[in-house]
Formats: sequence, structure tokens, C-alpha cells
Amino acid sequence: MSEASNDQYYVPHLAKWPIVGSIGLFVTFMGAIQALNSQTSITPWLMFVGIGIILWMMFGWFGDVIKESEEKLYSTQVDTSFRMGMIWFIFSEVMFFAAFFGALFYARTFSVPWLGGEGIGLATNETLWSGYEGVWPTNGPADLNGRFEIIDPYHLPLVNTLLLLASSVTITIAHHALRANNRKQTIIWLIATVLLGAVFIFFQAEEYVLAYRDFNLKLSSGIYGSTFFMLTGFHGLHVTLGAIMIAIITIRVIKGHFRPESHFGFEAVAWYWHFVDVVWLGLFIFVYIL
Amino acid sequence: MSQDITHDEVAHDHHDHDHKPKGFVKRWLMTTNHKDIGTLYLVFALAMFMVGGAMAMIIRLELFQPGLQFVEPAFFNQMTTMHALVMIFGAVMPAFVGLANWMIPMMIGAPDMALPRMNNWSFWILPFAFTMLLATLFMPGGAPAGGWTMYPPLVLQGGHNVGFLVFAVHMMGISSIMGAINVIATIMNMRAPNLGYLNMPLFVWTWLITAFLLIAVMPVLAGAVTMILTDRYFDTSFFNAAGGGDPVLFQHIFWFFGHPEVYIMILPAFGIISEIIPTFARKPLFGYVSMVYATAAIAFLSFIVWAHHMFSVGMPLGGSLYFMYATMMIAVPTGVKIFNWVGTMWRGSMTFETPMLFSLAFVVLFTIGGFSGVMMALAPVDLQYHDTYFIVAHFHYVLVTGAVYAIIAGAYYWLPKWSGHMYNERLGKIHFWWSTISVNVLFFPQHFLGLAGMPRRIPDYSTQFAEFNMMSSIGGFAFGLAQVLFVYIVWKTVRGGEKATAQVWEGAKGLEWTVPSPAPHHTFSEFGPVDLSKLANGEKFSILSDIDEKDDKQK
Ligand code: HEM
Ligand SMILES: [Cu+2]
Repeated sequence: MSEASNDQYYVPHLAKWPIVGSIGLFVTFMGAIQALNSQTSITPWLMFVGIGIILWMMFGWFGDVIKESEEKLYSTQVDTSFRMGMIWFIFSEVMFFAAFFGALFYARTFSVPWLGGEGIGLATNETLWSGYEGVWPTNGPADLNGRFEIIDPYHLPLVNTLLLLASSVTITIAHHALRANNRKQTIIWLIATVLLGAVFIFFQAEEYVLAYRDFNLKLSSGIYGSTFFMLTGFHGLHVTLGAIMIAIITIRVIKGHFRPESHFGFEAVAWYWHFVDVVWLGLFIFVYIL
Repeated sequence: MSQDITHDEVAHDHHDHDHKPKGFVKRWLMTTNHKDIGTLYLVFALAMFMVGGAMAMIIRLELFQPGLQFVEPAFFNQMTTMHALVMIFGAVMPAFVGLANWMIPMMIGAPDMALPRMNNWSFWILPFAFTMLLATLFMPGGAPAGGWTMYPPLVLQGGHNVGFLVFAVHMMGISSIMGAINVIATIMNMRAPNLGYLNMPLFVWTWLITAFLLIAVMPVLAGAVTMILTDRYFDTSFFNAAGGGDPVLFQHIFWFFGHPEVYIMILPAFGIISEIIPTFARKPLFGYVSMVYATAAIAFLSFIVWAHHMFSVGMPLGGSLYFMYATMMIAVPTGVKIFNWVGTMWRGSMTFETPMLFSLAFVVLFTIGGFSGVMMALAPVDLQYHDTYFIVAHFHYVLVTGAVYAIIAGAYYWLPKWSGHMYNERLGKIHFWWSTISVNVLFFPQHFLGLAGMPRRIPDYSTQFAEFNMMSSIGGFAFGLAQVLFVYIVWKTVRGGEKATAQVWEGAKGLEWTVPSPAPHHTFSEFGPVDLSKLANGEKFSILSDIDEKDDKQK
């Protein structure tokens, strides 16, 4: 069943990468646990070994898929399966972020005002935290980690918003160029996208340095620090992954992969990039501005 | 599309494809075959069912008499926590995914799952995840003991096991999400060209909807446990009031996952029952379309009722009222289902083979669990029920005599198709009666214990609860033993026995019964229209599938 015609669905045989991936996940997590649980801070070398295994798996697995795709083993139906896979994967990511946005909204609309004595929180406030006002931004009634300042949305974050929006445009231009079979344009605009992403990540890092060094805004700064760093941190991680994915797509275009009418890998990465972009808009509005 | 092939032709024409890979590693570790992966899932689930069952035996042993007899309270707490985690994530969910793997492609005329390699990965993550989780039992400080619901701040006091717990849950989540994506892609993209949505067997329908639930809520659980992790190790304050957070926040996020999760464990069960009852009543399922709508309605409602687990936590009055009414609404589509099953049996020519017996018990006993659910949905009275044995009775009626009974029924129903042999009907019946009597001795008294105020998750109790607890424990040991018999029956059937025909059950409808027993390694290796008259709902809705077919031709 390995040859593809339109009526045959390509079913690969003997997959070795999944088990490698499972071992990779296991080693990574065990390494992380070991590092977290050790009293002294140690280098999580086991975790790095695990990440190495996962990367090996990804190269191997995606490599196989790319090879099969270039050998034209995939029918349009296989292509549809891949598309559905990617769409629902992105949806699962949306729900992951939703949990953290939910935590932010809950803290802002319920728990912080209640701690400040509003509504059902009156008695709690008077007996436990009397004097606590419960206004956002806050590190809580115990003033965890001391006074902090917050990032001004209209400096770095605004620039970052523009960068990501621009990168959404550039990747779309690249897509149109690919469809018009204009490889050179495709490559140029893809590289532009990667660069925009890289600059974004650089600024984000810059912002973290600023927060930690000058503003005393840390992960441990109460609920504000928690939601701020976890939301922007997971987003930054996704931008990094997305940028790496686009870089790999760029290499593939340079190598001559993809056809104007069939380039699912490109599209999947583009969807992912747009998703990351939309999450950022949510962050910019709800974390930075409001 | 190619020539119109029937399944028998495919079945006889498999000389090319039917060689299974040789050697253990190639056959099982590297497999991409939906049947082999289904078998792996089912065997894994059965093993975890035994592990979780052993923990339950320890719990019932300690609760046999008041006072502390056998285990330390700390270990008791580890047992209640691990029992639930192992049963939910290790036994029930993987068993359903195993059934999905085996049956869905066969039921819709697909050559395999849509993403076969990822299918392998979904499974092979699980043994690693459970190694990680179960290993904590042997570590200093022991396993997680704060309950499967992982509420902070209690869970944060778990010492070293918090990391293991969190990452094990992450791995289970990754596995479930990939499994669900595969199910969706398979059902939406791999149906035989003339098989429309409303021709699909109900098991396929319920799994499609379950898969959406999984993708929507497993990431939310991942978010919740990530916050546990950072609160424990990185000084965040999500659940720490001193930093402006709130432990109740965890409960909201957890139950936003948790309530859909209980439906993840019951919707596929509804599907199985809806396959079995028509077969043995020799009548088509009553109200097929309403079953589909009811399933979708339950799935939708399951997202908006989560705080019924939190009535006693403290919530604004409006919140309590809303969650109370919303929860009671779930009883409506659930009632539709029960009505339809009864309607299917009405004036059917019924026979009572083991799968049917388990399905009948499901209908009756699951309904008892549903009724106690409606009682607990009443916010004011739930203040009394909450965290008592009444809750324990409720969820064991819906999960053991619900989900687990459906899985067992499905196993008896399809085992001849998988193994090619008939199971021993007499032993099957013994298994059924033994289980059903003992399970009621086990769980029914727990209602009374709960109403009288016995708290859950406590190793000791006051003496007025002694009789019912002893009764419950005796039922528990008997039920545990009955499942050993089940393992024996399955083992014997796989090893040999009377040869099964392709049809197996006289009244069975569906594509899986058109292929030989045991089902060849590859079925439907070529896409093509299937014979709709073989499907339970093939002809009734064939107008729709005609349209589908025309659509396809135009493309
Ligand atoms: C008519 C349908 C149902 C209603 C109205 C209902 C209602 C409830 C309520 C109100 C609670 C919380 C009780 C408390 O902790 O005070 C509860 C707990 C629970 N229910 Fe249901 N339920 C229904 C069906 C189901 C089904 C189908 C399942 C699973 C298959 C299920 C599984 C559970 C579990 C596992 C718990 C306990 C969770 C825990 O605290 O550990 N329920 N149910
Ligand atoms: Cu619930």
C-alpha cells in the first residue's frame, strides 16, 4: 500500500520516530523534575539530553514526511488530513492560552476586588487583609516581592505589535509570491518575516531585562507578575518556535520544495504564525493596555 | 473513484497486504496499523484497570472496619488519589481510544486512521506517562495524595511528587489531544465516499463529539497544572491569596476541564450501548437523529455547568442559581437517550447474550447515577452532599456501571471480531451476574453513608457507619474478583475457542460485520463506495449520501 494513486490513502509502515519522541518527552520531563527538585541549583543536563532527542525526532519525522511529500506519495486526501490535524492542533493551543487569559480575567474581575473587600469579600478583607485596596496592577495584599512598576504599553510593546502585524503581512506576501511561482520574492519575504520575528523576540527579552532590573517586576510579583510573565512568556516561546518553523520553510523553498498549487507545510506554518499574532493582540490589549 | 468494490472482495483480496510485520519491535513499537494500536490501547487499559483496582481493594480493606487497621492515613490518601488518576486517565480513557482505533475505520470503510504515525505516538506516550506517575509510589514522600482534583494549596504540599504529577498529566494530555485530532480527521476525511454523516453508526458520532471535547479541555487542564507547577517551584501566585491570586481560581479552571471530562468518559459509552441494544433487540435504533442531537446538546451543556462541583466553595448567589439550573438541563438530553434505548427495546425480539446484559444493566444503573446527579445539582442540598460518600456513590454509578460497563459490553460484543473466537457465553453470564450483584452491594450503601454524613477520602469513620461500610467492602472484594474472571475470559477467547463467523451476531448491522473474523490486518485498503444496505442507518438517509456522491463526482 505504499504507492499513491487517487484512490489509495498513503499509510506509512514501521514508524520509528514516535517511540523516539516518547523517550525524548520522558527524558526531558524527568530532567526537568530532577532540576526542580534538587535543593541546590544544578544544570538540568538530563533535560537538555531529552530536548536533544526530541529535536532529533522532529528532524527525522518531518524529514520523512517531507521526503514522502516530495516523492508525491500524498493524495489530496492525505493533504486534507494534515490540514485538519494542523487546524485542530492550533485550536488546542488556543485553549491552552485561554486557561491563562481566564486566570487573568478571574483575578482582575473577581479575586483581587474580593480581597479588597468588594462584594462577598468584605469580611475577608477586614479580618485578614484590612487596608488592602485591591486595585490592578497588584502583587497582592502581602505585597509580595515589594513595589514594582509596570511596562508602558506605548513603547516596546507597541513597537512589538507593529512588528508582528508587519510580519503577518510579509508572510502573506510570501504566500502570494509562492502561488505565483515567484521563488525569489518568496524567499525575500520569508526572510523578512523571520527577521521581524527575531527582532520581536529580542525586544521581548529586552523588556524582561528592563522589568527585572529597573522595575522590580518579577515572576514572583504576586498575581500581576504571574499572569504577565506566564502569558507573555508562553507567547514568546510560541513566537520563537514559529520563527524557527518559518526559517525551516525558507530553507525548503531555497531547496526547491513546494509547488505553487501544493505547499501545505508553508500554509501550516503561516496559520501558526497568524495564530501567534492574534494571541499577541489579545496580550497587548488585556495585559499591557487595560 | 475506482470500481465499486464490496468488502468481501477486499477481504479475500488481501494477499498483498495482510502480512503483519515480524518481530515484537516492528509489530508493536513501530506499528502504524489501527488494529494493532487499538489492541495496544486495550491491553494497556486492562492492565491499568487491574492496577487501579488493586488500589481500590486497599481502600476498601482499610474501610472494612472503623479505626485504622492496615495502612497509614498518608498512604490511604495516596491510594484514593492514584486510584482515580489511574482509572480515569489510564483505564477508561485509553480503553475508549482503543475501541475508537479498532472500530471507527472499520465502521466507516476507511483503510486506517487518518494520521497513522501520530496514532502510534498517541499510544506510546502513555506507558511513559504512567511509569512517571506510578514511580512516585516508591519514592520518599510517596505519591500525590491531595486527591485527583489536585486542589491547591493541598497539592502544593506534595513535596517531590508535584513535578512528577504535573508532567505525567502533561504527557497524558498530549496523548489525548493527538488521539482526538486523529479521530476527527479520520471521521471527517476518511469516510467511504458514499457514507454521509447521518449514515454513521452512533459510536462514530459520539466519538466525533468526544474528540471535540478532548481538544477543547485537555489544554485547559495542561494550563491548570502548569500554574500548579509554577506556584510550587517558581514563586508565582496564581492560587495564593497573599499575592492576589485565589485557590478557587484553580477549581474553576480544573472543573472547566473536569466536567467535560466526565462526558468524555460517558459519550463513547453511549455510542457503544447504542450499537449493542439494536443488535440484540433486532430493531433499528429508535430516534437515531435525536440521539445525535442529544449527544451534541450534552457536549455543549457540559461546558457551561462546571461550578456545580463548587457549590460549597462560596460563590455569589447568582452564580449558584445559574449553575444549578444549567446543570439540571443536562438531564433533558440524557433523558432523551434513555428513552430512545428503551424505545429501541420496545417490542423487539430480544435475546440476552452477555453484551446485551451489560448494556441493559448500563441503562438501569447509569440512570440511578444520573438521578443522584440531579439531586446534587440542587445547590442548597448539595451543601449537605458535597464531599460525602453520596458523591462517591454517584460517580461510581455513572463511571463503573456506566463507562466501565459499556467498555466491558463493547469488549464482549467485538471480541469475536477481533480474535476470531467466540467467548464462553456461560462464563460471560457468570461474570455479568457476579459483577452486577456485587457492584450494587459495593456502591448502593454508599448513598446512605453519604446522606448520613460520612466524608469521602478519610481512612477512618465513626462507628455508626460500620455496617454499611463492611457491606460495601464485601461487595468491593467480590467485584474485584469478578474482574479477574473477566481477564481470564478474554485471555481464553484470544487463545482459542469456537470460531466466530463474519456476522457474529444475528441482528448486527454495520460494516465491521461484513469483514471476516478475525478482521484482516488491513480492511478497506482501497477507497470506494460501500454497500449502504449493510449499515444500520444506510438506507434511511441515503438521499443525503447521494448528494455527497454527486458532490464528489463534480470535484
Ligand atoms: C444528569 C447528569 C449529571 C448531573 C446532574 C451530575 C451532577 C453532579 C454534581 C452536582 C456533582 C458535584 C457533587 C459535589 O461534589 O458536591 C457531580 C460530581 C461528579 N460527577 Fe456527576 N452529574 C451527572 C452525570 C455524570 C456523569 C455522566 C459522569 C461521568 C461519567 C459524572 C461524574 C461525576 C464525577 C466523577 C463527580 C465527582 C468529582 C469529584 O469531586 O471527584 N457525572 N455530578
Ligand atoms: Cu460535573
